[in-house]
Amino acid sequence: MDIFLQQIINGLTLGSVYAIVALGYTMVYGIVQLINFAHGEVVMIGAMVALWVISSLAGGAMPPVVIVLAGILCAIPVCMAVGYTMERVAYRPLRSAPRLAPLITAIGISIILQHVAMLVWSRNPLPFPQILANPIFEIAGATISAVQIAIIVLSLLMMGGLTLLVYRTKLGVAMRATSENPQVAGLMGIDINRVISMTFIIGAGLGAMAGVMVGTYYGQAHYTMGALLGLKAFCAAVLGGIGNLAGAMLGGMLLGVVEALGTGYIGEITDLCHVSGISTALAERCAEDGHMVVFGSNYQDVFAFIVLILVLVFRPSGLLGERVSDRA
Amino acid sequence: MSRFPLPALRLDLVVGAAAVALALTGCGKQEEPPKPAADAPAAAAPAADTVTVKIGHAAPLTGAIAHLGKDNENGAKLAIDEANAKGITIGGKKITFELISEDDEAKPDKGPIIAQKFVDAKVAGVVGHLNSGVTIPASSVYNQAGIPMISGSATNPQLTEQGFPVTFRTVGRDDQQGPAVASYLVAEGKPKVVAVVDDATSYGEGLANEVEKTLKSAGVKVLPREKGTDKQNDWKAVLTKLRGKSPDAVFFGGMDAAAGPLLKQARELGMKAIFAFGDGACSDQMKTLAGDASEGLVCSQAGIPVKAASKSFLDAYKAKFNSDPIIYAPFTYDGANLLIAAMQKADSVDPAKYLPELKKISFDGASGKIEFDDKGDRKDAEMTIFTMKAGVLEPIAIIKGGKSIKFEEFIKGATAEQK
Repeated sequence: MDIFLQQIINGLTLGSVYAIVALGYTMVYGIVQLINFAHGEVVMIGAMVALWVISSLAGGAMPPVVIVLAGILCAIPVCMAVGYTMERVAYRPLRSAPRLAPLITAIGISIILQHVAMLVWSRNPLPFPQILANPIFEIAGATISAVQIAIIVLSLLMMGGLTLLVYRTKLGVAMRATSENPQVAGLMGIDINRVISMTFIIGAGLGAMAGVMVGTYYGQAHYTMGALLGLKAFCAAVLGGIGNLAGAMLGGMLLGVVEALGTGYIGEITDLCHVSGISTALAERCAEDGHMVVFGSNYQDVFAFIVLILVLVFRPSGLLGERVSDRA
Repeated sequence: MSRFPLPALRLDLVVGAAAVALALTGCGKQEEPPKPAADAPAAAAPAADTVTVKIGHAAPLTGAIAHLGKDNENGAKLAIDEANAKGITIGGKKITFELISEDDEAKPDKGPIIAQKFVDAKVAGVVGHLNSGVTIPASSVYNQAGIPMISGSATNPQLTEQGFPVTFRTVGRDDQQGPAVASYLVAEGKPKVVAVVDDATSYGEGLANEVEKTLKSAGVKVLPREKGTDKQNDWKAVLTKLRGKSPDAVFFGGMDAAAGPLLKQARELGMKAIFAFGDGACSDQMKTLAGDASEGLVCSQAGIPVKAASKSFLDAYKAKFNSDPIIYAPFTYDGANLLIAAMQKADSVDPAKYLPELKKISFDGASGKIEFDDKGDRKDAEMTIFTMKAGVLEPIAIIKGGKSIKFEEFIKGATAEQK
């Protein structure tokens, strides 16, 4: 039982990060129907900037919490600037182009950002400074660290904040209006360009936070870290129903838990020795070794994509999505 | 590092080992005034019946690991100069050895080119190359020309698995490392249950297989293999599963970039097991990647730490080059001396004549006793076990022929032999 609980805790931590990144995908998709594949790279840049700031301030007179906050406060504006520039330079000129054009551009931007990061921050995995004390708590045999609690709590706060922003503010109203029909929203006096820019900026800010959280959690940052994380978050967004905020949050959390449980139990589930009766050769092999695992825990990264395929086959609009995806 | 064609050495690892070596050698040692380097050739007075014998040495002398290449070259140079100073007579003629040093830039494609150069220059033997990835392509050129080569640092098993009769090495192989670290674990940790994890690369999986074999033959229960990838930084799901089976020790075959997060997350999950790694994760990088969790990790490297080489070698090196050897110099020093010793035994500088002597040689070198097996690998090659102590990797034991010797005792023994 403690193993199961531990896997759930692992999954929720991972899922919170996926959810925050997935929000970036889903917000942009909701408004301009573009899958911004460069969003994972924004997360990476957030982690890199924070790493750089934290390691240059570490060892100074400032208390660790202040240093980490300074890192976050530098990472967020940098990522926002990257998000804004990306939209302004690469996507806005293509807004009326066929849907495939901005999609391919997004992949291009992703590759460019990755390699610029490689030139700036080198090819090596960089150690993320571990300056915060990280006490570990025990619940019913499972452990949870302060960093994990912080990740889960911060993610929930950000999700709450974003929901308030979208449903309770003027900008939120403008965003929802633009999402429903950009032309009509424009006729009603909404500055569409500004709303779209803001969407990218907010998504990038969330991405920066996700980057800092991932860096602190794993203790390292690498210029390719955003690619797989971005793809998984995209799967999470599709699972929840892309374009739907609550869907991205639910999808992220679910995906994290599925991944943790899947990795933890796939070896035992696919152990052929459970059914050693079906052939004598197998029985002999099992008597000798005790295990014959078909899929091991190295299939960890596959679960997100299995989920993606299942969703696309059985419920293309996602768990909470109303809009049937007919484009891109 | 057996992932051919990557270089046999990695910089961080080597710098770490060098730092340890420097720290150890720095204290309690008297500075001797450096002798002028030119005195050795002068001692061999030119005579009418003097023959010059060329010996080739190849290593990267430019690029990222140029300092290691120079270290290797110094080792060979020291041996040659000492031989010239002694004045060796072979076949009734006085011999002057000449070291021809070439820069292979650590590039696999440069290996055969340098090798051909040596063949054209009619060298009697070659010491080198430094990297496995360069040595392996070069070795076929030496084999065709019938010129013996001894590498002091190429650890990839493939080098001597090609069946070339002229290929030798004075360091251990990557696949001797797994048994070494496993037997150390068994001897010191006395684990009942061990978990073996790898990164699904040929290096990581190969090393993990060797470890598992040794553990099983020692009667230790090994849990079903868990795998990740070489880019993985989330190990919590795997570790949680392992924690449920409470292993006494965990071995991970892989590189430091994945090993660091693995170790850190294991401690976060409250795992108390001993964590052991191969040379891919035996670097000071582990301290930065895993933080305080790296304390007490166990890892192995091929060969002996430079500090454990014979005192006469260390003193002579210091006197000649006014610096301490970095890592593989004792092995290239031995390599050059082995060539010379075999020539003396055969009383000939003809490769075809002295090669049989080299094969059955038994030689007391700076890195200990050297004998070769049928493949040209060193018999009972030593492996060193390190542990992380206060953020620095320290050698704790030398594994030789399946026996574990405490590092201090090994040093004492080596010094006693010299006296």
